Amino acid sequence: MNPFGYTRAGDVAEAVRTAASDGAAQFIAGGTNLVDLMKERITAPSRLIDITRLPLRAVESLPDGGLKIGALVSNHDLAYHPEVVARYPLLSQAILAGASPQLRNMASTGGNLLQRTRCYYFYDAALPCNKRAPGSGCPALAGVNRIHAILGASEQCIAVHPSDMCVALAALAATVHVTGPAGSRTIEFAAFHRLPGDTPERDTNLQPGELVTAVELPRQGFAAHASYLKVRDRHSYAFALVSVAAALELEDGKIAEARLALGGVAHKPWRDPTAEDLLRGRSPDDALFARVGEHLVRDARGRGHNDFKIALVRRAVVRALQQAVAGGSQA
Amino acid sequence: MTTGKPHDRVDGRAKVTGQARYAGEFSAPDLVHGVVVTTAIARGKIVRIDAAEALALPGVLQVFTHENAPRLAWRDRSWRDMVAPGGSPLRPLHDAEIQFSGQPVALVVAESFELARHAAGLVVVVVEAAPHQTRLAEVEAEAHEPARGKKGYTPPPKPRGRADEALAAAPVRVEATYEHPALHHNPMEPHATTVVVEADGNLTIHDKTQGVGNSRDYVCKVFGLSTDQVRVVTPFVGGGFGSGLRPQYQLFLAVLAARELRRSVRVVLTRQQMFTLGYRPWTRQRVALGAERDGSLRALVHEAVGNTSRFEDYCENVVPWSGVLYECPNTRLEYGVAPLDLYTPIDARAPGAVTGLWALESAIDELADALDLDPLALRLRNYAEEDQDHRRPFSSKALRDCYREGAARFGWHRRSRAPRSMRAGPLQIGWGMATGIWEAQQAPSQAKALLTADGRLHVASASGEIGPGTYTIMSQIAAEQLGLPIAAVRFELGDTALPPAMIQGGSATASSVGSAVLAVCKALQHSLLKLAQTMPDSPFAGRGLDDVVFLDRGLRLRSGTADAVPIAAIMRHAGLGSLAEQATAIPDMARQSRYTSNAHSAVFVEVAVDEALGTVTVKRVVSAVAGGRILNPKTARSQILGGVVWGIGMALEEHSMLDHGLGRFVNHNLGEYHVPVHADVPEIDVLFVEERDDVVNPLGVKGLGEIGIVGVAAAIANAVFHATGRRIRELPITLDKLL
Amino acid sequence: MLPVMGDETCAITLKVNGATLRLQVAPWTTLLDLLRERLGLTGTKKGCDHGQCGACTVLVDGVRINSCLSLAVMRDGASVTTVEGLAEGEALHPLQQAFIDHDAFQCGYCTPGQLCSAVGLLAEGHASTDDQIRELMSGNLCRCGAYPNIVAAIGQAMRPRRSA
Repeated sequence: MNPFGYTRAGDVAEAVRTAASDGAAQFIAGGTNLVDLMKERITAPSRLIDITRLPLRAVESLPDGGLKIGALVSNHDLAYHPEVVARYPLLSQAILAGASPQLRNMASTGGNLLQRTRCYYFYDAALPCNKRAPGSGCPALAGVNRIHAILGASEQCIAVHPSDMCVALAALAATVHVTGPAGSRTIEFAAFHRLPGDTPERDTNLQPGELVTAVELPRQGFAAHASYLKVRDRHSYAFALVSVAAALELEDGKIAEARLALGGVAHKPWRDPTAEDLLRGRSPDDALFARVGEHLVRDARGRGHNDFKIALVRRAVVRALQQAVAGGSQA
Repeated sequence: MTTGKPHDRVDGRAKVTGQARYAGEFSAPDLVHGVVVTTAIARGKIVRIDAAEALALPGVLQVFTHENAPRLAWRDRSWRDMVAPGGSPLRPLHDAEIQFSGQPVALVVAESFELARHAAGLVVVVVEAAPHQTRLAEVEAEAHEPARGKKGYTPPPKPRGRADEALAAAPVRVEATYEHPALHHNPMEPHATTVVVEADGNLTIHDKTQGVGNSRDYVCKVFGLSTDQVRVVTPFVGGGFGSGLRPQYQLFLAVLAARELRRSVRVVLTRQQMFTLGYRPWTRQRVALGAERDGSLRALVHEAVGNTSRFEDYCENVVPWSGVLYECPNTRLEYGVAPLDLYTPIDARAPGAVTGLWALESAIDELADALDLDPLALRLRNYAEEDQDHRRPFSSKALRDCYREGAARFGWHRRSRAPRSMRAGPLQIGWGMATGIWEAQQAPSQAKALLTADGRLHVASASGEIGPGTYTIMSQIAAEQLGLPIAAVRFELGDTALPPAMIQGGSATASSVGSAVLAVCKALQHSLLKLAQTMPDSPFAGRGLDDVVFLDRGLRLRSGTADAVPIAAIMRHAGLGSLAEQATAIPDMARQSRYTSNAHSAVFVEVAVDEALGTVTVKRVVSAVAGGRILNPKTARSQILGGVVWGIGMALEEHSMLDHGLGRFVNHNLGEYHVPVHADVPEIDVLFVEERDDVVNPLGVKGLGEIGIVGVAAAIANAVFHATGRRIRELPITLDKLL
Repeated sequence: MLPVMGDETCAITLKVNGATLRLQVAPWTTLLDLLRERLGLTGTKKGCDHGQCGACTVLVDGVRINSCLSLAVMRDGASVTTVEGLAEGEALHPLQQAFIDHDAFQCGYCTPGQLCSAVGLLAEGHASTDDQIRELMSGNLCRCGAYPNIVAAIGQAMRPRRSA
């Protein structure tokens, strides 16, 4: 870990101002990923701006029926928040499928969005990696790529986004509130994270100095028919090989509205609206779900070790949709 | 009786209050910190190391590299520790040659840990890579018999009968290749050494090691020091599993820095660097079985090739178990090692047996399926009543009881034979079983004891406490021998100033050190009896040790015909404030070598497989163990639990993944090297069958550290086959293999 | 210019196991390193230093966290409880006693983290069954494999009236 300065921000404006004045400064909240990265010298901020004392811990019901979640609400508090449990069980399930209780106690909502990939090569500073050191190469392409992307990858990077929470947020069509040197704005969740393309070093569309202040959920929470299915190498405390957030609105035995997002398969939470279109207006049945699974991986490409993810997505999508119809969580 | 009862650990309080101190937790005035720099290429040489930027930081004391490290011992034998395999051991910072990815190439020493870590990141190592080879299949043809030198290794026995012809002629045959990857031990405590430079220049070293004597001798030989200049003190070890059997490079580096800087130094490896140490070797095995239609084995061929490094021939006993476990007239067992550009493997919990039994017990299950026989019935049909390879009896073998009692506890008779025939809701259920075996061993060890007039007993031996409960069982043995409450006994270990003990490995601590404790207590008994006989009107006149018992802090006649005499009264009469003895326990080879002594187990496993997703859940495990006498059922059960959990990890999760392009283990952290977590581990039912053995050692114990893991991986793979009809022969059984 | 290590320190106040401490800390010092290296509280263990093993678990304001990923400077004003602070004098915390009763450890290295995590688990109140204990203790690795005994020990502490 490099030496760095430390500033404790008193309000959002001060935090943003400090960041704007030092391009190599970074915000820190829970620290569960940033401190980890700093120890491995993957990132070396000149200054940490501690935002944990900012007033961003509220979970507020909005007049339009939505829910606004302060960026500093811990993963634990969010997962067990009565409004979330009752109205957005998909989000609660996804959060509880991730990390460990200790980490969830530390990790913030905003920080969860900004987690960096767990690619072995990204994490090993002795090796090349286009995400860590642009232009140095991607050893994962021909290396051990069991955990890597099958969708939306590039020849520069096949890393995946590690978050569970974000997969649920993608399915729920959340909005991200940010404040930066140029003022405040909102970003649709689908536009928040990026695909790697030729700039894998950029995970998100945040502009320099912008701070995530809140995540907003729309009114529709799919409380009756939502399921987060996480498939991984051990029963807890492991990143997803594949995860599926499935949410349905059923009316008179037909699917009135559908949401699907995948984790563990791409550089961002993968939401494909055309797959949701296939579901809308139809009666839920396994054959339909299988078609949707097939559709989701129509452009998938395996890299060897991760070929299995293509078949796994097909099956996991069916299972998650079945569970969503049944209204339950992961068996 | 104090032994045989479920005693709480005597070091429990220290461990639950945070008072137990491990190697990296000792301190000294002016302690400085070393951080290791490693290389990322598998083979080649160092062209240049630029440490200027690191050295420029105030508080950075030195960056040790091959360019400035002092010349030390030059003969290989000086670098070879007690359990080194044949070859030329790694000499850290010796020259520019790079022999494996992760090899230490520099040590940065600074006034604080954080500074040393930061400075280590500033050291630039310029290397020139040479072609490397890390694929086992590519070098299998080069496999050779291991060079002699590794303690405990026995070459496979000569073939019996004509295995290949018998195989060809057998009415039923199965033949397959089994493989498991390299597996790193990953004890929770990273390897660490704190070297304290005493005022007189002598070194007190706190090293994470399974043998303080091994570390001491290594340091003395490498640095040319005498044994009175070096003392190794390690009262607690945060897990070893074999990784602490050999001195690891942080010991060398810490001593080097302490001697050069004349400062006390601590070096702790990072978790990533724990993957630069030895590992259970990557091994490929072929097993072929031929049988009559009634299941009688006619032929058994077992060939194994494990990887080693290019500079040492690590070897282990993979195949001999196949010649001893089942009765079979024709066997051929072969074993070789093949060099890769990796670091040398090192013994890992039940080395060799875990590997061999994974293959053998999978193959037996395959044969049972081919014969449409119950897997347990097939094993009973071929039960070996004597060691055919050595033509000698077993000193004891209660494996049949393990099968019977384990099966009863598990409910094995309710198993339906056919694969895919058991379900629970949407899940496929599978029941599998396997046999475990491990050699009961004893090695020379010493102990000393001091009995004081206040009735307190201090016993000591330079053994270790890596977690099995050494403090506790030694205290139990001593308390029982002298009729004292366990609270009156203090057992001390982990210090080279104490009488030497065998290195803590091979499940031999209870038998070896326990026998030494027994011997030293017998010596005390003898002295006390002699003294008691000098008392006026002594009821013990003319009596021997066989006629007396030590009970309730006193000595009495076994016949009960006279009052007990308190130990305190005996010592008071003799005018002694204390009584000291020292004793050595040496295996009775003349007797022991006439028998084969093994611990055995039968493991029964239920799995549930979600076939759509490929996920496997271990639902329950019954492990029935014949391990001789059980000194402490509580700690004994824990040993078996630990073995089973390791077996679950090996079967389903653990995999040190090699990137062959880089020649490097890439998942070198606990996030991506998966060891079992709480949620992976179900109820585990451990039962010990009655087994008496008066040959194996004076205590009749067989050791429990290894037997719990042996066979578990095969039992799980067999259960997965029963659940799914899919035979997975390459571990770990991750979900991709079942999709 | 970046500050050279040691140039910049911050004054913080921490309550550690009940004692209020005023400390100067560098911003790059983790709570774990502060406890172990500065305060001599080596009961809290470093197993991976990356939040992947749980050995460093402590309670901050009663909540279990990984101290290896927590910068000490950010905990200014907090109350920290480590394994050394669980017992009341000679009287062990019920969980400590339950761990001894159930032989819920072997080498002992993960034990302080398991204990602090279990204290946090009970305070959170989300576990009532053994399976829930397993899931919510999965952030604490035990390589010795004492898991079944740890679950039994926590069960004993959680349901004190039921005999073990």
